[in-house]
Amino acid sequence: MEHVALWVAAFLTLGIISFLYKDNPWYKLCEAIFVGISAGYWFIVLFWDNIVGKFWVGVFPPKELNDVGELVNSVEPDYWLIVGAVLGVLMLMRLIPNIGWISRWPLAFIIGCTSGLYLINYFSSNMMRQVQGTIMPLLGMNYELSTYDIIGNIIIVIGTFTGLIYFYFSKEHKGWFGRAAKVGIWTIMITFGASFGYTVMSRMSLLIGRVDFLFGDWLGLIN
Amino acid sequence: MSTRAKELLVVGIVLLFCIIAYLGKVYGWVDTVVFSPMVSMIVVGIIILGLVFVLIRTLQGRLINRQVVFLFVGIAVIMPFFMSITQKIRTSPEVQQLYDAVAELPKGSKVLVSFDYDPPSAPELQPMAEAFLYYCLSNDLKVIIMGLWPQGAQQANLALEAIMKNEKLAAKGLEYGKDYVNLGYQAGNEFVIQRMGADFSSMFRTDYSGRHYEELELVKNVKNFSNIDYSFNLSAGYPGTQEWVQVAVDRYGLKMGCGNTAVQAPMMYTYLNAGQLVGLLGGMNGAAEFEQLVKYPGKGTKFMLSQSFAHMIVIAFIIIGNVAFFRSGRGKKL
Repeated sequence: MEHVALWVAAFLTLGIISFLYKDNPWYKLCEAIFVGISAGYWFIVLFWDNIVGKFWVGVFPPKELNDVGELVNSVEPDYWLIVGAVLGVLMLMRLIPNIGWISRWPLAFIIGCTSGLYLINYFSSNMMRQVQGTIMPLLGMNYELSTYDIIGNIIIVIGTFTGLIYFYFSKEHKGWFGRAAKVGIWTIMITFGASFGYTVMSRMSLLIGRVDFLFGDWLGLIN
Repeated sequence: MSTRAKELLVVGIVLLFCIIAYLGKVYGWVDTVVFSPMVSMIVVGIIILGLVFVLIRTLQGRLINRQVVFLFVGIAVIMPFFMSITQKIRTSPEVQQLYDAVAELPKGSKVLVSFDYDPPSAPELQPMAEAFLYYCLSNDLKVIIMGLWPQGAQQANLALEAIMKNEKLAAKGLEYGKDYVNLGYQAGNEFVIQRMGADFSSMFRTDYSGRHYEELELVKNVKNFSNIDYSFNLSAGYPGTQEWVQVAVDRYGLKMGCGNTAVQAPMMYTYLNAGQLVGLLGGMNGAAEFEQLVKYPGKGTKFMLSQSFAHMIVIAFIIIGNVAFFRSGRGKKL
């Protein structure tokens, strides 16, 4: 069985890689298998973890024997979950054209709740803490920073201000303002470049992982 | 010979090679292949010569097909696996920070590790997971594992299985439920983290194998994040480090470090610099650096040579691409 599994995995890996040469039936087969299995897998995971694991078990908890031998709920039922289930069912009304408008209600509920929750999370973690992190003494609290750190801090200050200037479109980008905006766009481009480098590293890691499988686990040519 | 026939011939030759190599592995005819340093250097020289050839062709105005670029990247990734060249890995401050944060934990401290990734991200994150778990368990730290991704808990089991083969750990006689525990996967994304801030057991009534939370010695007294000394999040996307920072770190004051895929890592530096994260392992490079620090050379270290070669090829083709661009005269329009 292990041999079959290895050959199937190798067949599918090579099939996907074959797209680099050109589009071909082998690639299309592997792609269709991948999409089909992914859809099936996620359906099962969501069904068992959310509908059964969260809703069904939450509303109808499993019974267990207590100290006097009576069959009781293992935990208290959580009837609030029924509200969520009803909203979920309402979402499916979209499938019936005549009453499709009902699906807007659960959607409005989800958007409202998510916005409210995320507003606080993002405002605190991604805005206030970042502003706080940017406002810092250039030389350290007690002038304890190294030259390397001081230069880094100056770059952060200049990069932040000029980056903000670049996105200020109410004044024409001319003169000193235009030059500052140009520094800002360079800062942004360098940031994108660093991100691109990391992305290359990530994609190469995936390829390296498959090469390790092909030449190591499958063919046994490398340790 | 038609193109179709040539393609089939190449596929046939590759298939034949694979069958021979596989049978060689099964019946023990073929051992692993390792190039000597001399051969390794010759291979490097051939790759460089190939790039120079491509550059000269580009300067002459003869552009190459994209398949040639893929071929070079493929060779650059594959060949280092056979080479006997070692690469020096320097530790970056963020990796050192994570190591220091874990190293200063007293014995018996509780470390929460969340596995928020699945097999596609394993080449980057699994080496981090193994090195981190190895270091924690070999230093008598208690590890509580969980996952916000369905396959996270399984990835944790694979990592545990791999590190338990280590002689040092095997000799320690670690016990499940006492030294480490896998609480499994819980659906609900960041809301799981939020509920854990009040009560772990409300989210994890049983562990991965179905044992009740209260029966597990390691966690029976763990009520919420206030009972956790350090947390490490392995993340490949949503839900992941960002959600842990927003809820567990900023709201509940959890001390946390993270290991991210390289795509995600640049976004985490903002949290690191603002002090919301204590340590960061970014991509395979971060994994290799951490493996060196904890003296557990694993796949991160092994893969780094391929990673470096691939980067050099990408940089070389960026240069060649720019040469082609400016030579074509389109650069003047900039």
